[in-house]
Amino acid sequence: MRFMMLMIPHGYQKAAPDAMPDAQAVAAMMKYNESLQKAGVLLTLDGLHPPSAGTQVSFAGGKPRASDGPFAEAKELVGGYWMIQVRSKEEAIEWAKRCPASDGDIIEVRQVHEMSEFPPDVQKAAEGFQKLQGASQTGRS
Amino acid sequence: MSELESAARRAINAVWRIESARLIAGLTRLVRDVGLAEELAQDALVAALERWPRSGVPENPGAWLMAAAKNRGLDLLRRRKLGDGKRQELTWVADAEAANDQAIAPQEQLDEQLGDDLLRLMFIACHPVLSQDARLALTLRLLGGLTTAEIARAFLVPESTIAQRIVRAKRTLSEAHVPFEVPRGTELTARLSSVLQVLYLIFNEGYSATAGDDWLRPELCEDALRLGRVLAGLLPEEPEVHGLVALMEIQASRMGARVDTAGDPILLLDQNRALWNQIFIRRGLAELERAEETGGDLGPYALQAAIAACHARATTAAETDWSRIAALYDALAQLAPSPVVELNRAVAISMAFGPAAGLELTEALTGEPALEGYHLLPSVRGDLLAKLGRFEEARVEFERAASLTRNERERKLLLERAAGYADRSR
Repeated sequence: MRFMMLMIPHGYQKAAPDAMPDAQAVAAMMKYNESLQKAGVLLTLDGLHPPSAGTQVSFAGGKPRASDGPFAEAKELVGGYWMIQVRSKEEAIEWAKRCPASDGDIIEVRQVHEMSEFPPDVQKAAEGFQKLQGASQTGRS
Repeated sequence: MSELESAARRAINAVWRIESARLIAGLTRLVRDVGLAEELAQDALVAALERWPRSGVPENPGAWLMAAAKNRGLDLLRRRKLGDGKRQELTWVADAEAANDQAIAPQEQLDEQLGDDLLRLMFIACHPVLSQDARLALTLRLLGGLTTAEIARAFLVPESTIAQRIVRAKRTLSEAHVPFEVPRGTELTARLSSVLQVLYLIFNEGYSATAGDDWLRPELCEDALRLGRVLAGLLPEEPEVHGLVALMEIQASRMGARVDTAGDPILLLDQNRALWNQIFIRRGLAELERAEETGGDLGPYALQAAIAACHARATTAAETDWSRIAALYDALAQLAPSPVVELNRAVAISMAFGPAAGLELTEALTGEPALEGYHLLPSVRGDLLAKLGRFEEARVEFERAASLTRNERERKLLLERAAGYADRSR
C-alpha cells in the first residue's frame, strides 16, 4: 500500500516567499531520503515553495476565485511530501518517526486510495471507456 | 490482548519489517550461520515484544535489536562453554564485540558494510543448493521481513509447510557450508540470475496468481519490487538488476487497471490507460534507461522491460509500436529462446503484420512439449483464428485454453469467449 507523508513545517504560513531551508537541515533530510530509498520504499518526493508565494483557488458558491498568499489565518500548511510504498500503516508511521524534523513540525501520514477500494459504481465512473472488441491476448505482458 | 498491546505489537512488527533484514545480515556476518543468525534475531524480537509495550519503542530500534541479539549470542556462548557444535560459530560474536569496542568506524563505512551484508544475505537466500520453493520462502522471510504466517497466506499453503520449508532450507545451507560472500566474476552472473529469478517469481505470483480465486495479490508484488529496488541500489553496475526493476515497476503501474469491478481480469489492450499509474511508469522508464546506460546489449529482463515500455508509452492501444515489440521479442528469442517468447513474438507479429502471419508462427508451437499444458497457446490461437473469421476453430481453441488454466476467473473469461464464437459460427 502507498502512503503520503505530508510535511507541515512549524510556522510555514509565516515563511517569506523566498525562504530557503538551511544547508544543515537539508543535509540531514537528504540522509533520511536516502535511507527511504535504500530500503526500497520511496516512490517520489518533493518540497514546495512557501505558501506566501502560493495562491489559493477557492470555490465559494461553486465559483472559482484565486487569492494570493500569504494566508495569515491558515495553519498547518504543507511544505513537502514523500510517497512511500510499505506493507502497513504502522510501517509508514515508523518511517515518519525517523524523519529529522524540527521542533513543532508535523508529518501527516495518509494512505493513498487504490482503485480496488472504491465501490463498483465509482470504479465504473473511473473506467468510462468502451472495451476494445477482439483485442489481442497479450494480457500477461 | 488489549487494544493497547495489539497496537504496540503492530508497531513492533513495523519496526521488524524495516530492521530485520539488516539485523539478520549483520548477525550472519558475525556468526557465519544464517540459521543461527535468524534465531538470535528472533530472540531479540521476543525481547522487544516483552519490553517495548511498556517502555515504548527506543530511539534507535535497529541498534537496540542488534544489541539484544548480540547479548543473547554471548549468553549462549557462555552457557555452552563446555563445547558443542555452535561454539565455533559463537566465538565470532565475542571477537566482533571486542572489535566493535575498539574502533568506532565512520558512518559511511558502516553503511557500506551493511549494504555488503545485505547483498550477501540475498545471495545466500537464493543459493542454488536450495529448491526454488525454499529460495522464495527464505527470501521473503530473511529479506522481506515476513512472518511464516504471512508467507503461507501469500502462497496459499499451510503455515506448517512454510515453517518446515524454512527450517530445511536453513539446515541445507548450514550443511553445505555456503559461504557468506558476494560471488565474483562469472559466478556472479549465474548467482545473480538466480536472485533475479526469485524476485520475479515472487512478483509474478502476486501479479497473476497461478492458483486460487484472486487474480492479484498486490502485497507480493510490492515485496518483490521493494527487494528489487534495494538490490538495484546495492549493485548499480548490473544492467539486468535495473532491467528487472524496470519491468516490475512498469507492470505494477497497471495494477489498478487489470481487473474489472467483478474482479475479472482485463487484458492489456483493453485496459483503461488513464488508470495506469504514471509514477510507476516514470520510475520504470528511468530504470530502463539506467539498464541501457550500464550495459551493452540488453539482457532478457531489460528486453522485457523495453517491451513493457512500448506499451507504457502508447497513449492508446492503437498507437502501440508493434513492429518494435516484434523486434524486441526477436532479440529476446535469440538471447533466451523459449516457446513462451516465441508465442509472444507471434502475437506481436500478428499485430504488426496481420493475424495470418502470427497464426503461422503458432503452428510450429502446437507440437511443442513445453507448451502442452499452457493455456495461452490455444488462447492466442483462438484469438487469431477469430480475427481471420474462423470462428468454429476459435471456439475449440478457447475451450481448450479454459480447460488448461488454473485460475478460476481466467477460466470464466475464456469460456465466455468460446461461447461467443459458438453463436457466430452457427
